[in-house]
Amino acid sequence: MVKYILKRLGMAVVTVWLVATLTFFLMNMVPGGPFLSEKAVSPKALKALEAKYGLDKPLFEQYLTYMGDAVHGDFGDSLKQRGRTVSGIITSKFPVSARLGGMAVLVAFCIGVPLGCISALNRGKIGDNIIIVIATCGIAVPSFVICTMLMYVFGVRLGWLPTLGLSTWKHYIMPVLALAFYPTAYITRLMRSSMLDVLGQDYMRTAKAKGLNQMVSLFKHALRNAILPIVTYMGPLLAYTVTGSFIVEKIFTIPGLGSEFIGSITNRDYTVIMGTTIFLATLMVFMNVVVDIVYKLVDPRIKLK
Amino acid sequence: MSEYLVNIEHERLSFFTPAGEVKALNDVSLHVSEGEVLGIVGESGSGKSVTAYSLMGLTAHPGKLLGGTLDFNGHRINDMSEKEMQKLRGNEVAIIFQDPMTSLNPVYTIGNQIREVLKLHTDKTKSEIQARAIELLELVGINEPEKRLKQYPHELSGGMRQRVMIAIALACEPKLLIADEPTTALDVTIQAQILELMMELKDKLGMAILMITHDLGVVASMCDHIAVMYAGNIVEYGTTDDIFYAPKHEYTKGLIRSIPRMDSKEHERLVPIEGTPVDLLNPPKGCPFASRCDSCMQICLREKAPVTFFSDVHYTSCWMNQKAELEGGSKK
Repeated sequence: MVKYILKRLGMAVVTVWLVATLTFFLMNMVPGGPFLSEKAVSPKALKALEAKYGLDKPLFEQYLTYMGDAVHGDFGDSLKQRGRTVSGIITSKFPVSARLGGMAVLVAFCIGVPLGCISALNRGKIGDNIIIVIATCGIAVPSFVICTMLMYVFGVRLGWLPTLGLSTWKHYIMPVLALAFYPTAYITRLMRSSMLDVLGQDYMRTAKAKGLNQMVSLFKHALRNAILPIVTYMGPLLAYTVTGSFIVEKIFTIPGLGSEFIGSITNRDYTVIMGTTIFLATLMVFMNVVVDIVYKLVDPRIKLK
Repeated sequence: MSEYLVNIEHERLSFFTPAGEVKALNDVSLHVSEGEVLGIVGESGSGKSVTAYSLMGLTAHPGKLLGGTLDFNGHRINDMSEKEMQKLRGNEVAIIFQDPMTSLNPVYTIGNQIREVLKLHTDKTKSEIQARAIELLELVGINEPEKRLKQYPHELSGGMRQRVMIAIALACEPKLLIADEPTTALDVTIQAQILELMMELKDKLGMAILMITHDLGVVASMCDHIAVMYAGNIVEYGTTDDIFYAPKHEYTKGLIRSIPRMDSKEHERLVPIEGTPVDLLNPPKGCPFASRCDSCMQICLREKAPVTFFSDVHYTSCWMNQKAELEGGSKK
């Protein structure tokens, strides 16, 4: 087990390094640069800026310098947000996104799993059909539509919930719901199909033949087997969701990490692009290791090698 | 109610599928006495498993009991609630299934799955349950029972798993053990071991066994009585000797003929029963076997054959056995 985790961590370092390298060169291949703007900058000033941030050096040298610093934990300063370091941006904005995202994942899990079970147990009946229609909508409707509709109904029409910022618990409700919508729908569908699969298994018939009532056979025998695909999905989902959503954060004006991802790319803010990408990659790889370990705990047939 | 442990009278059961009503059982009657081994043989879809499952209230979803009575150990199964059935299942009547590879839950230990049924049906304490679980594994011939209890199903072989299934079934010393093709998924040497084990345990515990199989070799060696099923009907019933040495129904005769023989000559072909099983969505009006029968007569297509008795326990529904009577009758 320990050996397995160490091995996976070693592989994780390689993965993150590959992601960083790829991003670095791709980013520099894209036309444009951080200091080009609609207002013409004088060639002299441009030169001076590039020299200051080391962008005038050959690309490979820049790469080596960046990687060298990154290994020592220095991800540089933002090229566009004056006076802010990349680490500073991430440490100040990640907690906001993480809080929202964490709640959203929790909501999605707590609603999606029971809903999927109910749906599977009532297969083909009216309840199942209703749940499936809603879940399909949840997957099909893009999040900006959900956000806008929530805002219109609860914020404008009913006036129950505030629409901007994150100052009280009430402010959290709409963004969390908006973030949770898609994963809830996805988990519901995943849980339904997985549960249907398990309910048809021979060991469920054995459970019934033993004289167990439906609740016990469902909770003890079916759930633990049916939850496995959900576990697989939860890892990447958590990594994505806690790093924030550009759309939800923009619409509800939340100062989270999600807007930094997209913002940095449109601004060609090289250091922020690199910082956020490495951060997401690390989180993703880490979550996958966690998923593997949880998997092993749920299903004894899995061997971690 | 009756002197039999199991008494099924005129059971009719259908599955209501989107394609229509599948008549799985048409007027099935059979009985099992205490300590008796009854074999039900028949091809796939003949209704042998459905009969047994309905006795445990395990009929799968679109299935519905339409008529007849099922009595077991003084209980009228028809009238019992799901809750009452739960007290019966795994306790007074237990079942072992065809495929031991999939019949045990992969995420729980063997011990967990054996103790579960003991916890459910007995008032034993934790340590008594553990002791009983070890005793059960010893009973079914599994070595190092304490170690095995901690293992998961995937760590055991198929034969071992079927032994565990038997241990689970026998945990509460049931009056009736239903064995639904218990050896079909196992290889031949393991088959023999499992059958031997079942007979040994039957003698030790005195339970009755309802043996469902399509393997005539299995019933020949184990059963006191045999019911031959075809398309949801019992076409012939008798002692093992009756069925093997004096088969009366054309289907039974065909089955016996199709068994490979030790004394057959080299290159001799097996004799199959030609044709395909009947479509239970549209069962024929007359004898269900008529379309495949070599001796089919006109009346076979028109009407169901009445029951002919040859002895107290040997009977069949086949017009061939009515022939003499009919011809005699027409002369009158």
